[in-house]
Amino acid sequence: MAQAQAIEQLDFEGVAARRERGLWSDAARRLTKNRLAVVALILLVAVATLAIAGNYVDAVQRYDPSAQDYDHLREGPTWDHFFGTDNLGRDNWSRVLQGLLISLEVGFGVQIFVLAIGLFVGGTAALGGRLLDNIMMRITDIAYAFPDLLFIILLRSVFQHRDLPLVGGRTQELLLMIFAIGFVAWVTIARLVRGQMLALKERDFVIAARAMGASQWQIVYKHMLPNTLGPVIVAIVFGIPLAIFAEAVLGFVGIGLQPPTASLGVLISNGYRYIQGDIWMVIFPTSTLAVLMLCFTFLGDGLRDALDPRQR
Amino acid sequence: MTAYVIRRLLWMIPLLWAIITITFILMHNVEGGPFSRERPLPPATVENLNRRYGLDKPVISIDVWNSQYGNYLINLAQGDLGVSFETDQPVSDLLWKGFAVSSQLGLMAFIFAMVIGITLGTVSALNHNGPLDYVGVFFSTAGAAMPNFILGAFLIVIFAVELGWFDVLGWGGPPWKEFYNPSAWDFRKAVLPVVALGVLPAAYFARITRASMLEVLEQDYIRTARAKGLSEWVVVVRHAIKNAMVPILTVMGPYLAFLITGSFIVESIFSIPGVGRRFVDSVVVRDYGMIMGTVVFFSVAIAVVNLVVDVLYAVVDPRIRYS
Repeated sequence: MAQAQAIEQLDFEGVAARRERGLWSDAARRLTKNRLAVVALILLVAVATLAIAGNYVDAVQRYDPSAQDYDHLREGPTWDHFFGTDNLGRDNWSRVLQGLLISLEVGFGVQIFVLAIGLFVGGTAALGGRLLDNIMMRITDIAYAFPDLLFIILLRSVFQHRDLPLVGGRTQELLLMIFAIGFVAWVTIARLVRGQMLALKERDFVIAARAMGASQWQIVYKHMLPNTLGPVIVAIVFGIPLAIFAEAVLGFVGIGLQPPTASLGVLISNGYRYIQGDIWMVIFPTSTLAVLMLCFTFLGDGLRDALDPRQR
Repeated sequence: MTAYVIRRLLWMIPLLWAIITITFILMHNVEGGPFSRERPLPPATVENLNRRYGLDKPVISIDVWNSQYGNYLINLAQGDLGVSFETDQPVSDLLWKGFAVSSQLGLMAFIFAMVIGITLGTVSALNHNGPLDYVGVFFSTAGAAMPNFILGAFLIVIFAVELGWFDVLGWGGPPWKEFYNPSAWDFRKAVLPVVALGVLPAAYFARITRASMLEVLEQDYIRTARAKGLSEWVVVVRHAIKNAMVPILTVMGPYLAFLITGSFIVESIFSIPGVGRRFVDSVVVRDYGMIMGTVVFFSVAIAVVNLVVDVLYAVVDPRIRYS
């Protein structure tokens, strides 16, 4: 009975039609069916737009984030100051927007860095023969054994007040932050890529491609990389909130970006100082960070379900 | 199995050595030294302090045994973690003091997470796709994405500032020997940090319990148990939960290590003098001894717990064999 029902429910036409779609359009279709993920994605686009506008359009930013106004100290939300003002009379709205953009930049920046190292290490380990595999995996083991946040804090203090060649100012500050956070985060991607590629190497379609005389590079580029990409994208999306969180932690413990630049972590730590008398200073930046992290997590969940057909 | 454990333990030595070396190099590259101040100390004082703590020797040199690095390794091999420059106390004393607090907080948070997480996960799985399931899934997703300083802020604002139920300064736990005596606890201080620290693992445990339970409930032996006419309660408690625990066990270990070694965010928010907060303080003032000590302590703790979990995993699930 149950089986008959199950067979009836099978949508044969749908299956036949789906074959014609590629992996990506199939995944995109499944993602758009996940309401929570779609809402998260829309919200993220909106928040990102707001963050960019808030840093470059005066009408949105409304106040200079570091301008102090001693007539309006620690005020609650008003029409003049949407998110209130802080202990130096700075406008919290513009400061939260500034922090938001930094969080997003660090979140994405770390992932680019992590992806580059992770793909390189994982790929070399899987394809470069036993010796390289051993070396790469021992390095990965060591990086994995480091207590993450301790290492990030230590690296961040090493990088503080240092100069990079070529770039300066804000870009340099951000890059140093991204290096510090990305230095241990690549391990997940490296392991994922290696595991995935080792498994793919033995799959029939790769062996078939090799039998047909495809070159090593062709096999990697055409068959293995696209099939590795799904789980990697999921890991990257889940990595974004982790990187944003790490940056906030650094700001929170006082080794974030140089003041007066406000990152969300700095705002939160400052807010905690006045939490007993004035809850607004901590509520707005924490809520912003919460929205950001929740959206990326929901989006990651949706992507994982969409990109991993085996889980259906 | 024994061979496997021995191999893992042996592998820990080079691993630890690599971590120590990297940390050592990084630490000495942090700008400033342990005795740099806003207003510089007189050179003679600094020189004396450096001699007192062995900082007059080269950091690393060809003559390894006459360098700070070599000395540190020798001392460490003898179980000596050195002295904290900031307080002039042995690092191991400070670590133990901090650990006594952090481990209590972590253990309580762990118990909280287990109870909430496993209950929620089981309820979700039994009510698959029902309203309770949605509540459970939402909690586990939202909770897993909430860094504890966000949660801490809301907890403090609601329960300490607005309602005034709890206090937020310091840790309310007694010394370890009075751990089981409820009257020695100051619950007004202890509840919020435990919740702030415990929600994330609780959400995670709930998620894994749910997935694992759903899988187990599909198994033939559950159908058999039901067919035998056992009550739903017995089926769930005796047959399902027990088997669903295996994947939970694997994630429990790292979380336990993570929780009892101290979360410096929760410790900073609630002004709890644990290990995590000491590390942050020591990096800021470049207290070399303390930095190294904490890193060694954390690395060993995490490595050992991971090993124990892997072994336990094989004990619980006889299908797993290590070679």
